Amino acid sequence: MGQITLNQITKNFGDVQVIPPLDLRIDDGEFVVFVGPSGCGKSTLLRLIAGLEDVTSGDITIDGRNATEVPPAKRGLAMVFQSYALYPHMSVRKNIAFPLRMAGLDKAAQNAKVEAAAKVLNLTDYLDRRPGQLSGGQRQRVAIGRAIVREPAAFLFDEPLSNLDAALRVNMRLEISELHQTLKTTMIYVTHDQVEAMTMADKIVVLQAGVIEQVGSPLELYHTPRNRFVAGFIGSPKMNFLTGQYAAGYDAATIGVRPEHISVSPSEGTWTGRVGVSEHLGSDTFLYVDIDGVDDPITVRSTGEISARHGDTVYLTPDASKIHRFDKQDLRIA
Amino acid sequence: MARAVTNRRKALNTLIAWSIGLLIFFPILWTILTSFKTEAQAINDPPLFLFFDWTLENYAVVQERSDYMRFLWNSVIIAGGSTVMGIIIAVPAAWSMAFVPSKRTKDILLWMLSTKMLPAVGVLYPIYLLFIELGLLDTRVGLTIVLMLINLPIIVWMLYTYFKEIPGEILEAARMDGAALKEEILYILTPMAVPGIASTLLLNIILAWNEAFWTLNLTAAKAAPLTAFIASYSSPEGLFYAKLSAASTMAIAPILILGWFSQKQLVRGLTFGAVK
Repeated sequence: MGQITLNQITKNFGDVQVIPPLDLRIDDGEFVVFVGPSGCGKSTLLRLIAGLEDVTSGDITIDGRNATEVPPAKRGLAMVFQSYALYPHMSVRKNIAFPLRMAGLDKAAQNAKVEAAAKVLNLTDYLDRRPGQLSGGQRQRVAIGRAIVREPAAFLFDEPLSNLDAALRVNMRLEISELHQTLKTTMIYVTHDQVEAMTMADKIVVLQAGVIEQVGSPLELYHTPRNRFVAGFIGSPKMNFLTGQYAAGYDAATIGVRPEHISVSPSEGTWTGRVGVSEHLGSDTFLYVDIDGVDDPITVRSTGEISARHGDTVYLTPDASKIHRFDKQDLRIA
Repeated sequence: MARAVTNRRKALNTLIAWSIGLLIFFPILWTILTSFKTEAQAINDPPLFLFFDWTLENYAVVQERSDYMRFLWNSVIIAGGSTVMGIIIAVPAAWSMAFVPSKRTKDILLWMLSTKMLPAVGVLYPIYLLFIELGLLDTRVGLTIVLMLINLPIIVWMLYTYFKEIPGEILEAARMDGAALKEEILYILTPMAVPGIASTLLLNIILAWNEAFWTLNLTAAKAAPLTAFIASYSSPEGLFYAKLSAASTMAIAPILILGWFSQKQLVRGLTFGAVK
């Protein structure tokens, strides 16, 4: 079981309130991702759930039990840190066995569980090495192994992939998703990378300045962002925003169009612009098009075959059904 | 060209380093040399450097006159005991200051260190009275406690510096893994800080071993350590330089040997954190 409820929790550091009153419900078995720009309070929120920070006010319930005053060791949660936080003076085997040793399991039971975890994580050959002798990916696996052996109510991940190189990150992302499919345990995952959020989450929590901007499934956030912040944060490349005369025609203060919802033509279209930079990725081409009266260039995703050069005049047509409209307060107009 | 200058510079630096080193070591060397002279040769003018009749007579006389082993044993117990006791008290203190600092942590650290600036004689009278009251005068227990208290600020400071180097996330990981505070300190923090704890241990054994003010003032016969052993030879009945030197050599030999074997550890410990 791993059902976690945050009820009106707040956190102050000195006089600064980093988390204003916040409510959140995480269901058993869910993969929840906290995402937001750095400094948005997502790591603090995770640490509050872990018990590594005390809440200033409010309650945290884990499986119906009030855990607000319970020390981290007794909350039954496991955490994987960005820096891996392995114990450098212990072998991989002892690292993974540490939570079991703390739980008072006997040697034989410890070993059996460690071996089983090592097998799942491909660490069997490394059990007698020290963390210092492992690569970044292997260290991350050891950290995960240490988390899974104790069969926690929920896993907490604090930006676990940000120290890995790009290729390894994709691999580990898949491995963690796979692990969630197998274990079906609640996972709370903190990241600033919206791609990780979109690909892994059942439920994304978008945070800004300690405030939850929106909670929803990846596609809900993609299709119906509640406000301009969420619209701009979710999706890659970012959504384009146009104001003034461009938005007025749609009866909104701001309109947003995703790069993949704009078609390009050399001869006709709604908006006229000049190509600035074009990025050819093979499968796709990203065009950055300057339009009169719009500050930032408009990003357009097109097919890999398009041949547009710097300075070419092109015509853009947004897909009318995919235009997002926002009012003066940057809230979505339904 | 540049290389030649660097080499000359290097040679010069080496020369300066050796000169300073010898200058510092000379009194010890002279003491050791004097301990092998006769009393007459010891006060010879001009002083004799290496060419004299080497003799072990002084050592025999010193050993015959006073029981070296008893003093040595007292020194070992007092220096070792005060250091171990100090570390046991300082580990939790340094832990809390390194990992759960408050606004006043820096002030507390400085205040603790400031007690080292106080002239020891300033508190001699109250401590002496306390010792009489508690029956601790001329006891090993009493001296162990006093020397522990004297060196505690240094132990806390050193451990604090080493603990600061340990990433807090590792301790948090231990907490998440179900370790209580005691287990966190015992199984994670202490083993990771072993190099630092070892050099703190060594330095404080040396400090306690060499401590003369309190050991001389608070002991008479029973608990007297090697410092008192040396002092007993600078007696009013005339100075016997050779015997005094022999006694000094016997007193400093154990700590000199310990320092020699552990110098790598000591230097590493003292520069830990400063140089990475």
